[in-house]
Parts: sequence; C-alpha cells; structure tokens
Amino acid sequence: MLKLIPWIAILPLVGVAVNGLFGKRLPRRTVGLIGCGVVLASFLLSCGATFELSRLPEDARHYETSLGAWLPLGPAGAHGEEVTIDWGFALDPLSAIMILVVTGVGFLIHVYSTGYMAHEDGFHRFFVYINLFMAMMLTLVLGSNLLVTFVGWEGVGLCSYLLIGFFYDRPFDARTGLSCADAGRKAFIVNRIGDFAFVIGMLYLVTVFGTLDYRGVTQAIAAAGEGRHALLVAVGILLFVGACGKSAQIPLYVWLPDAMAGPTPVSALIHAATMVTAGVYMVTRMSGLYVHAPEAMAVIAAVGAGTALFAATMGITATDIKKVLAYSTVSQLGYMFAAAGVGAYVAAIFHLMTHAFFKALLFLGAGSVIHGQEGQQDITKMGGLKAKMPVTFMTFMAATLAIAGIVPFAGFFSKDEILWGAFSSGKGIVWGVLAVAAALTAFYMFRLAFLVFFGSYRGDRHTFDHAHESPRSMTLPLVVLAVLSVVGGWIGIPKALTGGADLNVFHHWLAPAVATAHESAEAAHGAGLELSLMAVALGIALAGIAAAFVVYRQREGMAASVASTFRPVYTLWRNLYWVDELYEAVILKPFYAVSRFFAGFDRWVVDGLVNAAGVVTEITGQLVKLFQTGYVRNYALLFLMGVVAILVYFAMV
Amino acid sequence: MDPRIVLLVSALLFSLGVLGVLTRRGAITILMCVELMLNAGNLAFIAFARAAGTAEAQVYVFFIMTLAAAEAAVGLAIVIALFRLRETTDVDEIHLLKW
Repeated sequence: MLKLIPWIAILPLVGVAVNGLFGKRLPRRTVGLIGCGVVLASFLLSCGATFELSRLPEDARHYETSLGAWLPLGPAGAHGEEVTIDWGFALDPLSAIMILVVTGVGFLIHVYSTGYMAHEDGFHRFFVYINLFMAMMLTLVLGSNLLVTFVGWEGVGLCSYLLIGFFYDRPFDARTGLSCADAGRKAFIVNRIGDFAFVIGMLYLVTVFGTLDYRGVTQAIAAAGEGRHALLVAVGILLFVGACGKSAQIPLYVWLPDAMAGPTPVSALIHAATMVTAGVYMVTRMSGLYVHAPEAMAVIAAVGAGTALFAATMGITATDIKKVLAYSTVSQLGYMFAAAGVGAYVAAIFHLMTHAFFKALLFLGAGSVIHGQEGQQDITKMGGLKAKMPVTFMTFMAATLAIAGIVPFAGFFSKDEILWGAFSSGKGIVWGVLAVAAALTAFYMFRLAFLVFFGSYRGDRHTFDHAHESPRSMTLPLVVLAVLSVVGGWIGIPKALTGGADLNVFHHWLAPAVATAHESAEAAHGAGLELSLMAVALGIALAGIAAAFVVYRQREGMAASVASTFRPVYTLWRNLYWVDELYEAVILKPFYAVSRFFAGFDRWVVDGLVNAAGVVTEITGQLVKLFQTGYVRNYALLFLMGVVAILVYFAMV
Repeated sequence: MDPRIVLLVSALLFSLGVLGVLTRRGAITILMCVELMLNAGNLAFIAFARAAGTAEAQVYVFFIMTLAAAEAAVGLAIVIALFRLRETTDVDEIHLLKW
C-alpha cells in the first residue's frame, strides 16, 4: 500500500480527465459520483497507507518513492556534487495526518457539493476544478522535496483562483466594487508576492546545501553548524513570507476575505480547511531549519499572534456570514503560526487538524443557511433559523463551541496546547495576545450564532417562510464533521488532564517527524500551572460567550448602542482598518504610476524608434523613386554621368 | 599614321553616338547610335594595337563585332515587337515602367 502513495495524488486527476472531457454530456448524478468517487478512493488509499506506516517501528516511519528524475540541476552545494530533483513522494507521520485530513474532509465536502451546487450552472466545471485541487493539495503534502511541494503549492493557487472566480459574471462586494473574477485575480496576485519570496528561499537552499529534499535539507542544516546562521534566518523568513501569502497572514491576508466570492464548499475546503493551512504545514515540515533560526521563529510568532488578534477584531463587525468565518480563519491560522513560532509544531498541526474539522463544518453550515434562504448572506437580515434548520443548527453549534474552545470539544485541546506552548516557551506576550484573541473568537462566533439562529427573523417574510433544511447530501457531511468536531481533540489530551497517564496519541505519532525546540522547558513547568492556565483560557472563552449573550441576546438594541459608544473603534473595524485603501494608496497607485510611465516609454520611445526607422525608409523611398521616370534617355544620361564620375575619380587619383 | 589622330576620330564617333542616344527619340536611331559607340571602341582598340605593335587587342575587335551583331538582332527584334504592340518606336512614349 505504501508503494501506491503517488496514486493518492494521481487518482483525483482521473476525475479531472473524465469530467473535464465528458462532463458536459454526462448527467449531473454521474459527474458527482465520479467527482466524489475518486476522492473516496484517495481517502481509502490514504487510510491504508497510514495504517501500514503505523505498523512500522517508530523511527522507521518514513517511506519515500520517486516517479523518476525531474530536474538535473548540475553541480551545486558545498561540495559541488551533481544535484537532481526527483518527482519524489514521501509519507511520514506528518504527511499522513495531512492526507487524512485533506482527503477525509475533502470527501465530505465533495458530497456536500453535489447537493449545494445542484442548481448551479457549470456543475461539471466545479467538479473538475475541485478534483484538480485535491490532486494538487495532495501533491503539496506528499512531495518529498520543496520543489514538488511547490508544484502543488502553485497548483492549489491556480485552483483557488479558478474557484473564487467560479461565478465570474457576478458582482461580489459592494464596498470595494469587486466582481467575483476580480476577487480571484486578487487572490492570485497576492499569492504571487509570497511565492516570489518562497522561490528565492528555495534557490538559497539549493545553492548552499545542494538539495531540496526535506530530509536532506534537515541533515545538511544540522551538519552545517553555526556558520550558516544568518543564511538560515534569511531562508526561514523568505519561506515564511511565502507561507504568509498562502496562509493569509499579515500583511498578505487581504485576499482571503475576498476569496469568499467562491461557492461556499470551496470556501470550506480551500479557504478554511486545507489550502490555507499549507503554509503551516510547510513551516512545520521545515522545522529542522527553523529550530536553528530562532530569529525567524520569533518573526513567525509575532506575525501569527498579531494576525490572530487583528483578524479577530474585524470578525466582530463583519455582517456577511462568510466574511465573519473568513476573518475567523485568518485569525485561527495566526494561532497556528504563533504555535509554530514558539516551537510548538505539534500543537500547530493539531490545531490545523481540529480547525479543518470545525471550520469546514462552520462553512458548510453557513452554506446550508445560505442555500436554505435563496442566497441571503447578510446576518443582520437573519434570525430564528433554529427551528427551520434543526440539523444545521445543532451541527453549527457544535462547531461554534469547538472554535470557542469549550471543553471537551476539539478546539479546546488544540487551542489550549498552543496557549500552553506559548506560555511554557517563555513568550508571555504571545500568550497574552492569543488569550485576548480567544476571547474575541468566542465573542464573534456566538454573535454569529445568536444573530443567525436565535431571536426573530429580520429579513423579508417570504424568504423566511420558504427557508428550509438542506437535502440529505448536505446534512450528512455536517453530521460527520460535527462528530469530528466533538471527538477530534480527544487524540491529543494533555498529560495534565489525565493525572499523569500518557494519552496524547497525537503527540507521539508526530514526534519522529517534527523537530522540537523546547522540550526541556516544557517539562520544567508543573502540571498545576498547565491546569490553571487551562482554566484561565476556558474562563476567557466563557467570558466572550457571556458578552455576546448580553449584547446580542439579552437586550434588544444593545449592539447598536455599544457600536455608537465605541464609534471610532467600530468605524475602524467596520472598514477593516482601511488596509485595502492603504494598499491602494501606498502600493497600487505608485505601481500604476510607474506602469503608466513605462507604458508611455514603450509606446513613445521604443515604438517611436521602430516607427522612425520605418518612416525614414519610406521617405527615402519616396524621394529616390522620382529618379525612376520611365524615360530611357534619362537612364542613359544618368548612366553617362555615372561613367563620367568614375572616370573623373580615377583621373584624379 | 599617328595613332592620336585615330583615337581622336574614335572619341569623336563615340561622342556622336552618346549624343544620338541621348537626344534621338526613334528606337532604331538609338540602336544605330549604340552601334556607332561600339565601333568607336573598335577603332580605339585598333589604334592601340597598332601603336603597341601586337595583335591581342585586335582579338577584342572581333568579339565586339560579334557582340554588335547579336545586339542588333536582339535590339531590332525588340523594336519590332514593340512596334507591333504600340504602333510606335518613339521611346518617349514608352515610359510605363516608373513610379
């Protein structure tokens, strides 16, 4: 089974080929079956491969295979040896978790999509794109070297672009005047900025260490010692900038809220559960580099924690159900990076996994809410949907409790491990920022839940009367994900809670694949401290929920009065800190000015020179043609004059 | 005989030929003037051969005579074809090949 791991990534491509070539003529049912079938096959293969991997002894859990040589790069590295990049695929505990999450959640979302997209045009196009996405995402996580990962990295970026712009003929955002196609372009371009840094980082690695293979790089770095410290920090930061683009961190997060222009299953799969976590995966994958570059880790921790708080504040004032979730995603990704930055890589991946469960569920629930109300996305026009959509309501609440960090839901354990990692590594500021962000998270998530499901409906009567629960194909994935959102955290229960019994399966599973920076520091703190911190985190979350209850549930009009009391803050958040406007003024305007200058230079100077050559030739021709009179005697005279001139010349010399 | 006199005559004949080619309008006359120029050349060759006392230059004369005959044949053929087409041999009226 292990030998077949490249097929995990290749299988979805079969769906791409079949649906891409014949999808237009196949009935929707068949298209959906093929689309879901190939992903299910990938999932089963992933399960088999992971099972086989788990049977190996702990330190031998690494399987690598290659589909052949790809790029012979010539001599590189310290000893100038011949470097060849392979189409290498590798399975280790880290990528095993990733493929299980990607194919598992991906399959559920595929099933959901068959229901959600049933009435949309371009049904087969959707499945072609999303299957291609699965193939690329699996290439990303299974790649055994950075370059194969980069292929997947760009591939998922392409699919993201295609799917954000899926409704390419529809307008998207009234405030910024973006169309769906614009939103796709925005995502693509912002990602290119990050990718540029990523490529430079890769080039540094391959020229200095002569390999891009994950294991090779880790070994080479360990062997290189202190002399390479500055380079490692530089490469670490460059790769992280790439991750910032893909995973929507400050300052490149701006594309993710606009990525909500895509169909909701896409938001769930690509822009919440899988693609945007690729940056976290990559940083964890390169943990062997980062533990030798503490400065780069500090940058990651700072950016991650900052993003977690920053995005959470914008989530509070957003009124589009999907935008709230989008800012929440940015915020949670910040959590993961903060974890990676303080060296708690296992916690980062743990949160990545639980987040994939509950955030996919939140998005799918939001999709169900939107689907049931004929496309209404504005939460100020919803309310009281609890009775109309019981399954959606129950599952959505499970996910909301999970993301808020209420015990024993999945988010509690992963978020707590991150907070504990931040605290125990001695970075109290990171812990503080993340704790505040946790309170805000609980607040805005319950605000969302209260506004959507409780109270009375604020939209028009007709829509409410026709509001309905979604079909089985949509509610079934919701239920499965809800179960995962509840129990998903139980595989990583910290020692402090079990009275010393070691039940943290997740930690043990990942340990051989991930470098750890501060194992000793963690051990130095007592279980009592961990427990009290846990209580603090839980208290913070409950406080956030209570605040949301008071503002949005207990008293009518409280939200408006709070907003007017804090008018400046509210305006700042409501307008998203004017970051888009800032980028427009600071980057886009000068860029356009420079572009216009060069366009003018091209049009007037470069084109001018070329045109001048043509004009001169033509004028010369116009003049010279006058000699061509047609009269034989003129020619004879000129001939004579020429002869005379030559004779005179020779006579003179 | 002084070869300079012969050369002078040759130059005179050549100039007459050039003048004829440049001034006359009849194609036949122009052809005849060309013949005149060729034969002026012949005369010059003869004069030089005589002055140098060798025969090589005279060989060229035979070449030129052959060439002149061929030229006359082709030239006259063209003139006849032209006349059949345009009913004129006036070269000033045959000036279509221009801008």
